[in-house]
Amino acid sequence: MIRASLWQRFAASRSGLIGLAILVLVLILAASAPVFFPGDPFAIVDKPFLPPFGTHLLGTDSLGRDMAAGIAHGAGTSLMIGLVATLAALFIGTLIGAFAGFYGGLVDNLLMRLTELFQTIPSFIFAIVLVAILSPSLSSTIIAIAVVSWPPIARLVRGEFLSLRRREFVEAAIVLGMGDLQMIFRQILPNCLSAIIVTGSLLVATAILVESALAFLGLGDPNIMSWGFMIGAGRTYLRTAWWLCAIPGIAILLTVLAINLVGEGLNDALNPRLRTL
Amino acid sequence: MTARLRFILGRLVQAVPIVLGIIILNFLLLHLAPGDVATVLAGEAGGAPPEYVAQLRHDFGLDQPLWIQLLLYIKNILSLDLGYSFRQSMPVLQLILERLGPTLLLMGTTLLISVGFGVLLGLIAAMRVRRWADTMISILAIIAYATPLFWIGLMLIVLFSIKLDWLPTTGMETVAAFYEGWDRVLDIAWHLVLPALTLSLFYMALYTRLMRAAMLEQAGMEYVTTARAKGLTERRITFRHILRNAFLPVLTIVGVQIGSLLGGSVIVEAVFAWPGLGQLAFQSLFARDFNLLLVIFFLSAGLVVIVNLVVDVIYTLLDPRIEAR
Amino acid sequence: MPAPLLEISGLTVDLPPGADRPHAVEEVGLALAENEILCVVGESGSGKSVMARSILGLLPPRRLRVSAGRILFKGENLLAASAARLRQIRGGEIAMIFQEPMAALNPLMTIGRQIDEVVATHLNLPRAERRQRALELLRAVHLPDPERIIEAYPHQLSGGQRQRAMIAMALILEPAIIIADEPTTALDVTTQAQILALIRELRQRHRAGILFITHDFGVVAEIADRVAVMQRGRLVEWGTAAQVLNAPRHPYTRALIAAVPNLDPPPPRPYDRDSVLLQIEGLDKAYRSGGGLLGRRQRVVHAARDARLALRRGETLGLVGESGSGKSTLARCILRLVEADRGAIRLDGVDLRRLSRRAMRPWRKRLQMIFQDPFASLNPRARIAETIAAGPMLHGVPRAEAFARARELLGLVGLDPRAADRFPHEFSGGQRQRIGIARALALRPDILVADEPVSALDVSVQGQILELLAQIRERLQLSMLFITHDLRVAAQVCDSIAVMRRGEIVEYGPTAEIFAAPRHPYTRELLAAIPGKAWTKPKTDAVAEEAGSGR
Repeated sequence: MIRASLWQRFAASRSGLIGLAILVLVLILAASAPVFFPGDPFAIVDKPFLPPFGTHLLGTDSLGRDMAAGIAHGAGTSLMIGLVATLAALFIGTLIGAFAGFYGGLVDNLLMRLTELFQTIPSFIFAIVLVAILSPSLSSTIIAIAVVSWPPIARLVRGEFLSLRRREFVEAAIVLGMGDLQMIFRQILPNCLSAIIVTGSLLVATAILVESALAFLGLGDPNIMSWGFMIGAGRTYLRTAWWLCAIPGIAILLTVLAINLVGEGLNDALNPRLRTL
Repeated sequence: MTARLRFILGRLVQAVPIVLGIIILNFLLLHLAPGDVATVLAGEAGGAPPEYVAQLRHDFGLDQPLWIQLLLYIKNILSLDLGYSFRQSMPVLQLILERLGPTLLLMGTTLLISVGFGVLLGLIAAMRVRRWADTMISILAIIAYATPLFWIGLMLIVLFSIKLDWLPTTGMETVAAFYEGWDRVLDIAWHLVLPALTLSLFYMALYTRLMRAAMLEQAGMEYVTTARAKGLTERRITFRHILRNAFLPVLTIVGVQIGSLLGGSVIVEAVFAWPGLGQLAFQSLFARDFNLLLVIFFLSAGLVVIVNLVVDVIYTLLDPRIEAR
Repeated sequence: MPAPLLEISGLTVDLPPGADRPHAVEEVGLALAENEILCVVGESGSGKSVMARSILGLLPPRRLRVSAGRILFKGENLLAASAARLRQIRGGEIAMIFQEPMAALNPLMTIGRQIDEVVATHLNLPRAERRQRALELLRAVHLPDPERIIEAYPHQLSGGQRQRAMIAMALILEPAIIIADEPTTALDVTTQAQILALIRELRQRHRAGILFITHDFGVVAEIADRVAVMQRGRLVEWGTAAQVLNAPRHPYTRALIAAVPNLDPPPPRPYDRDSVLLQIEGLDKAYRSGGGLLGRRQRVVHAARDARLALRRGETLGLVGESGSGKSTLARCILRLVEADRGAIRLDGVDLRRLSRRAMRPWRKRLQMIFQDPFASLNPRARIAETIAAGPMLHGVPRAEAFARARELLGLVGLDPRAADRFPHEFSGGQRQRIGIARALALRPDILVADEPVSALDVSVQGQILELLAQIRERLQLSMLFITHDLRVAAQVCDSIAVMRRGEIVEYGPTAEIFAAPRHPYTRELLAAIPGKAWTKPKTDAVAEEAGSGR
């Protein structure tokens, strides 16, 4: 019953539905990439600089690689990195925020100083440094994004814990004789889930943007096709073949937009109190 | 005001462990970097003479226990002894001071544009909520919010520099022209248009959305009903009561976003060859000049700390409740 | 009767579709004369506030809409007035005071600026003269040091001072009508008494008509000239204060009045006066703030100072005081939700304060708690059976047995055991409070600590919950520590009372003695501040008789 009404509330926002539709298309694109474009997306298939809507749907790039294959394979890369990095950031941020908010005092003070430190450091520059030091690869991209993305989650979860901690139902649990861990994970955390889900979904979008920027700067995994890499590679030919940059950019824009719209739809559906008119 | 002063001093004290933390983090990253620390410091494959490497080994106490190395590192950083970049053939400190100006120019301009227009657009959207102006602003904002910075930059170049030939593509000034005085200022401003616009769009979208939400939230507060019950006009209620209250959360986020803005300027500088810290970072990255990269990293974090202090001061001017915070 | 200043007729306000009823206010008709205080009484959701706000057109747009009726102010229909005319009237001829002065004042503007705005909007006066006027008015509402207050921000004043500033703001243009929406509900009882006295004084001085919205019959008895009672959007009864208070005709009014607790304590209950179950000795708790590196002066607030209490088997001991008196903190120290600085908490001779947190756990089932806020005291994500069974399961009762007991307990507290699988949001405030009681009883405690268990509830529900608590304590031979700010409730429920002020127990003794002959000046002040103390409630059967013989 609750599931149905959650869906109804989500479906009430038109922009959320549009976002979901685009996101489903991107997911289908990513899942079908090995079917429609089997083999290596780095493979040279034709003459270079073929414009779109010719023999190849989206044309070929400066080396004669199929743009459409790149876009399809890049979808999987973006989504996978966005999702895994977000999950890792959620894990770190939730743990730190939960302990800081629950215990307060010295624990809170130390953990929050740490969070502030990580929040002060310009995150993108930090990500660049991390990838540079770990040397560019899929896992270093994910680690870098996760390491720079957790502080907002920690602050959010801490805030929720601080306010829920003072709620009487938590006091009731103490009076019943409940242990700390059970209180943190069974009583309080479930009440923060909707906020965590919403922020997490928006974080996926940010993670995809960071990933594309890293790849654009040439810090992506050189063996994996990604949209940011395609834009970076096409950049030199901006004067003659601007679509080499335009097409993957539109793919990023649509995907990030879709995720943001879904996130906002979720926010309206999960936190009706917070909705502003 | 003693309360205000105390608040600002408190913030200053809080900044100390953060700066220390950043130095320690820097130290850890230095050790994490592949290869011998001394060679990393000298700028790998940078052609540093062996005597210099030996000198570094001694200065940084690389043959001593880790914690002594850390103390020496902190001492070196705090005394602004930042080393020499053989790649750029220049002391790191001088190199960085040269590049700081352009970055501050880009960031300052962006901050002004994005906060100014963001607040204005958010205000208009909130005042026309659910009418076409609001719908348009909200749609544009959410699209701008989802667009990668570097891509916007490239597309603006395609449109305004390549197709229309209105604005220069790269650089900060027309070097060959040797402009002076106001001509030079104008020339730089001309070059600044595209980079600043690129960097602004995302943050403008962010502040527009925040401002709109804050205005709508504040409009539902009880003090607004009081103001209405006093017989004030809607205009006065919006501008004298709601606006200032709604601006506070936006200001908080401006402070939080400074670091991200600096990160964004790295990308924009890379796209437009803007000769700032970001471009320098980018160059040092590919020259594997880790020492330079880490110093830039440390400095950019320090910059964020300073700007955050400024934001805090502005906050105390706008919100009398600092004691309660 | 003189011609009314304000005449409302057939007023109907629509609720948005999907609400539990079609109209927030339905066909309400009222009249207010000058130099008169008209109290509109009702429980939450009765539409009394919506009615008051529709007079000045202050309903939230898009959600609530006036669909029928007239509101005549000196013969002019306000519902048909232009926006400009309405602005003239707002603040100038009809002013409003709200419930929560902290929320109703702009936090970023000084009190002076906010008062000045009213004058500047309506009159063309030089700044110095406006300031003079504001200072005069701050003095008239008995604010100390008006020169300082005028420069102060809302957060720098106390709750009572803020409400006085609000009143000054409402009065500054000497409006013909003042609408006061629960203006004393957020205040302590002694502050409330002062504000009520001020409102009465101002009525006499300005001969204004005052529309006073409240839920509290004590307040009504204190200040009303005439009374209107609202229930679910409808006006069910109105008349002079004497008529409505002493001879209510409508059954709803009679039920409301019957639910107001009497001030005379009932005859003492029998309990074993020698067997002390819980002994509190010299309990201290102080909160420190400030201090540290920057040499800010450290502030110490004593929440409990050398507290000494003894709770006997079967006794109900009341902790009474205003907000900030430390009564809740003291109770939380006893339950070790807050760690006391010093002292002993002896249960059966064992000092609970000395036990480690782990060693404390088995003792927890003997001391249970009922909370104030029925919306915050239940985990919104847990089914109520889980909430009630959680305690016994933590103490080793098998799951099936704990759930069976939970169902039984639901029956005991007057709920349908079949409701066990539902979530808290499906219940009303009173029902949730019953669930909270069931949770506390599930561990079969000896002692119940009840922290303001009825203060968040409507009067009629309040009566039912108090009734339930009385039954349970008889049936299970429970001892109770009952925290309340409401002396009427304390008089009815408690066998003995400890009066607290600023962390100190200033008076402690049997309830009847304290009410009959208070020794400490603060206790006397508290008792004197009880609204409507001069009013003796009509006996319920007498009411029925009179209603039967009515006109």
